[in-house]
Amino acid sequence: MTMDTANIKLPVYLDYHASTPVDPRVLEVMLPWFTEKFGNPHSSSHSFGREAAEAVEKARGQVADLIGADPREIIFTSGATESNNLAIKGAANFERHHRNKRRRIVTLVSEHKCVLESVRDVEREGFETVFLPVDQDGRVSMADLDRVVDDETLLVSIMAANNEIGVLQPLEEIGALTRERGVLFHTDAAQAVGKIPIDVEGANIDLLSISGHKLYGPKGVGVLFMRRRPRARIEPLFSGGGQERTIRSGTLAPPLVVGIGEACAIAGQELEEERGRLTALRHRFLERFNARVGGAVLNGSLENRLPGNISLRIEGVDALALIDLAPDLAFSTGSACTSDVVEPSHVLRAIGLEDGQAGSSIRLGLGRFTTADEVDFAVDHLAEAVGQSRRQAGAA
Amino acid sequence: MNVYLDHNATTHARACAREAALKAIDLSGNASSVHDAGRRAKAVLDRARAQVANLADVGSREVVFTSGGTEANNLALKAFGAMPLLVSAIEHPSVLNVRKDATIIPVGPDGCLNLDALEQLLTGNEVPMLVSVMAANNETGVIQPIEDVVSLARKHGAMVHSDAVQAAGKIGSAWQQADLVTLSGHKLGGIQGAGALIVRKHISLKAVMGGGGQELGMRPGTEALPAIAAFGAAANEAVNDDLAGVASWRDALEHEMLAAAPDAVVLGRESERLANTLCIAHPRIDAETMVMSFDLAGVAVSAGSACSSGKMAASHVAVAMGHDGLARNAVRLSLGWSTTQEDCLRAAAVWKDIVTGFEERHRAA
Repeated sequence: MTMDTANIKLPVYLDYHASTPVDPRVLEVMLPWFTEKFGNPHSSSHSFGREAAEAVEKARGQVADLIGADPREIIFTSGATESNNLAIKGAANFERHHRNKRRRIVTLVSEHKCVLESVRDVEREGFETVFLPVDQDGRVSMADLDRVVDDETLLVSIMAANNEIGVLQPLEEIGALTRERGVLFHTDAAQAVGKIPIDVEGANIDLLSISGHKLYGPKGVGVLFMRRRPRARIEPLFSGGGQERTIRSGTLAPPLVVGIGEACAIAGQELEEERGRLTALRHRFLERFNARVGGAVLNGSLENRLPGNISLRIEGVDALALIDLAPDLAFSTGSACTSDVVEPSHVLRAIGLEDGQAGSSIRLGLGRFTTADEVDFAVDHLAEAVGQSRRQAGAA
Repeated sequence: MNVYLDHNATTHARACAREAALKAIDLSGNASSVHDAGRRAKAVLDRARAQVANLADVGSREVVFTSGGTEANNLALKAFGAMPLLVSAIEHPSVLNVRKDATIIPVGPDGCLNLDALEQLLTGNEVPMLVSVMAANNETGVIQPIEDVVSLARKHGAMVHSDAVQAAGKIGSAWQQADLVTLSGHKLGGIQGAGALIVRKHISLKAVMGGGGQELGMRPGTEALPAIAAFGAAANEAVNDDLAGVASWRDALEHEMLAAAPDAVVLGRESERLANTLCIAHPRIDAETMVMSFDLAGVAVSAGSACSSGKMAASHVAVAMGHDGLARNAVRLSLGWSTTQEDCLRAAAVWKDIVTGFEERHRAA
């Protein structure tokens, strides 16, 4: 099969879960803050500082709008890793220092590394932790959750959408349960915000983490949503100048903050249309790829899934070899963070895959700038690479 | 055109930093990804790391990127658990407020660390200690005797952390001898959102945050590529800054201001100071009135550090120097790489107007 690839920029970027390119419209609002505008938003004594502070407040409103929050509930951080650490350790530290009643923290085995590590850190501080399993679709069982969430439980941290397999968790159901029992509900929504509708009111979310560079904003900025009513109380991770309502000290970065604000505004405007478009592109990929290549299975639920996520295990291939065999495609085996170290994905293990199956799994992330031509190109090149890989394996 | 003399709060991006940030923004990759886009992001990261390492005169693997100075200070001070901690009385809040159990090392009226006091605190204490003394103060610009701090600490087996956020790019090399050093990109002419903790290779520290294992496990999270690239470029240029002009303009400005108000006090005047910083207190005009009057005249200055500002607290630095009576009167004028002589002349003229206006009203009343 041949196709016109003249309009395709190589390599084709299919790793939108690791990071997204900055939308040119986002860059445009950031640009003035690299030069002529440059105040420290905390310098209230002069116009440079006040102008920066106004820009920060506008961005705060844009973020709040996207998730149905109040601007006063938005805390800017350096990224989702910091937001997740701040939410989990901050809630645990507050409890330890001020109330010391609730001792249990509940999370899923398939969470992002920074959530798992934060939970393990508070475990060392004396909290009881529960790592709930997920089913083969990648979803939490509400019956399991019901059993472990009681008046001893401080916090439930369950991600909105998984970074490897894109599986969505039932936020409304979880939030209804935690609210009823007076338990804090934190969700790592780094992959979900801007891709699917998230409403902190409807889902009774108390703490929610957002990442700038996963929704077409810049790297180096994130958000923690912190509910005011009923108040989610946490302690800061850093001490210092007391910025961000004393929850997050450090000079805010106006170029990055206006960037994540605009990114949220654009994502909100285009969410419904883009969701439909990406779902169709994913369908196109799966249909065409399965027609070309046998023995490919989607990991995790298709129904409850981010529109742009494709996690496939392909029989008889080694995922890392596949990456080398398809140099015109940029995709991954799983999460980016630790890809220096090759070990079987904890997420794929959690949904019941054997190490060998996990090792033959790849993650493709489709996003805002992915076109149908690129999808077709990817099908073509990936199918060829799979064939080559299987032939090599057969020959060996 | 407004005059900006608050470069110690933040300074605008150098052309090279802007260019580096924009190039980095164009890269969609995550520096931890193994594919080509990831490798290109990694290359930008490596280059910035080498540039910052060069500024600090350390190896690349000794640079841990953070979101800024505050995070780096917190990381340095929280990484050693309950190890006894000594901090100078004039530290930035992101050092001063990290550990409530820290012992304060006093400074003299000249704004310099009291080395005798430090030695006393170190002597007879056989447990390992951590000493945190900034390289130069953000409010007064007074340069601290880090070389002596380091040799005293070595003698007593203590580690030294130095917040060199204001000093880096302006002065070498004593702060480079510390075991842990804090740097900030936007104070050097990068953009906000990136800083670094220099961790010398003989030190191992525990991360404050858990996560994906980036930055040799000491600081997880996807690196803030544009801000880090800008930090690298700014660091690269800052090592070659010629501060002779800035120094002479600052001295002339100081001279003019004291001529207009002979009883005003320049904090740390008798000490060695950063060439760009001037902290001055008029005994009868409070800082709030002063910065507002400057602002109305189109000159941006500040009262102490920016941080959470909003309301003006008394300067803890002035108090530590024994100038309690002037702590609510001290204002800071800080020059930067883009400051011109005209900016300084204008600021001197505005000060003169404010002071004479005040004296006239005072006399009339």
